[in-house]
Amino acid sequence: MIERERRRALLLAVPALAVFAAFWLLPMARLVAVGANGPDGARAYLAVVTNRNYFSSLVSTALLSAATSIATIAVSLVAGIFLQRNRFPGRELLVSLMTLPLAFPGVVVGFMVILLAGRQGLIGEVTSWLFGGKVVFAYGMAGLFMGYLYFSIPRVILTVMASVEKLDPALEEAARSLGASTWQVTRDVMLPALMPAIISSGAICFATSMGAFGTAFTLATQINVLPLTIYNEFTNYANFPMAAALSIVLGLITWAALAAARQLAGAGVAAAG
Amino acid sequence: MRRPARYWLQLAFTLAVCAFLVVPIVMSVLAGLTTNYFVGIRSGLTLRWVGEVWSLYSETIWRSIWIALACLACTMVLGIPAAYALAKVQNRWTRLIEEFLTLPIAVPGLATALGLILLYGGWREFRASWLFILVGHVLFTLPFMVRSVLAVMMAVDLKTLEEAAASLGASFRERFTSIVLPNVRPGILAGALMVVTLSMGEFNLTWMLHTPLTKTLPVGLADSYASMRLEIGSAYTLIFLVMIVPLLVALQWASGRARKS
Repeated sequence: MIERERRRALLLAVPALAVFAAFWLLPMARLVAVGANGPDGARAYLAVVTNRNYFSSLVSTALLSAATSIATIAVSLVAGIFLQRNRFPGRELLVSLMTLPLAFPGVVVGFMVILLAGRQGLIGEVTSWLFGGKVVFAYGMAGLFMGYLYFSIPRVILTVMASVEKLDPALEEAARSLGASTWQVTRDVMLPALMPAIISSGAICFATSMGAFGTAFTLATQINVLPLTIYNEFTNYANFPMAAALSIVLGLITWAALAAARQLAGAGVAAAG
Repeated sequence: MRRPARYWLQLAFTLAVCAFLVVPIVMSVLAGLTTNYFVGIRSGLTLRWVGEVWSLYSETIWRSIWIALACLACTMVLGIPAAYALAKVQNRWTRLIEEFLTLPIAVPGLATALGLILLYGGWREFRASWLFILVGHVLFTLPFMVRSVLAVMMAVDLKTLEEAAASLGASFRERFTSIVLPNVRPGILAGALMVVTLSMGEFNLTWMLHTPLTKTLPVGLADSYASMRLEIGSAYTLIFLVMIVPLLVALQWASGRARKS
């Protein structure tokens, strides 16, 4: 290609980069600076480890997100493999029903959790009718867990279905003809081949749950997760340096989770190919 | 053909997952149309709550549509040329540009919003206008437009097409408008639907960026969940579903088509 052509093509990326620099890069630089200029200086960045409240908030958010990722992947593997490998009447309808929540923002997901497990929720009605005691768990960690499952399952099922579709059935045939049981075929042939998809959707799930704000905000503003801690520092205590430092730390965590997964999944793809 | 027990177990599990996802949607729709949710459906069906939502929140609905369309215009003007640059020149630097542009979705919206407020919050007119929200939405949706268009550009072998046109004497502008754009239309369409769907539902950034005079639909939803009776929240959700579900269906159709091209 002529050098002039290349340069002209590159110029076309300038407007997007300018907007990115003015409205993302500069604000982030400002955030880093504000975080370092509080009463504690740059030590504010360590507060997430040294301050007991922030640390417990970080740990509980990470545990919640890890649990969400693991549960989502387990559920989506079973349902996704089933939906991709079997043909039955109503299958198409089932798949499209399950993808409906894809477009729901976190707030709406929170409302769905309230309808299921809230004070006037379905689970409460059913349990009070069955056992005489009303089970309500929407407004805390359990509700948040349920909400993140609700949010993540449709996405991961679609990813699982797409990767199962790409698997080479000959490999499974070969394993089966050599006498492997269904469970052995699943464990030794399918799962390793699905690993890149599992790792990348697990990381996306983890990063989304770490940084999500809408669902938690709808359920209760006092749940001990990092995004709500940041929100409360910023709006209720006007502690801008601390909110800034914590959100930079949170951003680094989610970014690192995604970058690491891309590395791992990329290597996995290369190894499998 | 006899199916093994494993098949029925898996089917039952899949149906249970489907119920988990769909039952609350059905409940929400019913609650929005029921006279008194506490009494149940036998209290009668009504459009009263939908009407009440309309009188309370119609402004947020129009604002969300307006912001989504403005966001679409911005992401097309910024994103399609950027995708072209990334498709045409592939080296360390363009990979870095691509990485940069996806940062706003790798980092929580809350962080982006705090940064915007701390840097530009002092500029009153900007802070108080809907443009402040638009900026956040453009940052958040631009990577999706770029990615969608770029994927199709890589698949259709633009290079050969463009070289053919150039050898026939077509100028850069002619090639871009008559070769590049028509060939990547499926990618633009899929990206556009994605941008509009995401912008209509965006909350993480918008909650921080909005003011009482620039509430959007999801902000209004959060407000109604917190302070209105369940029927009103449900009716409002129903209106949101009626707007977003057709977009989602169109999006799935369009991205299937873009993948095939």
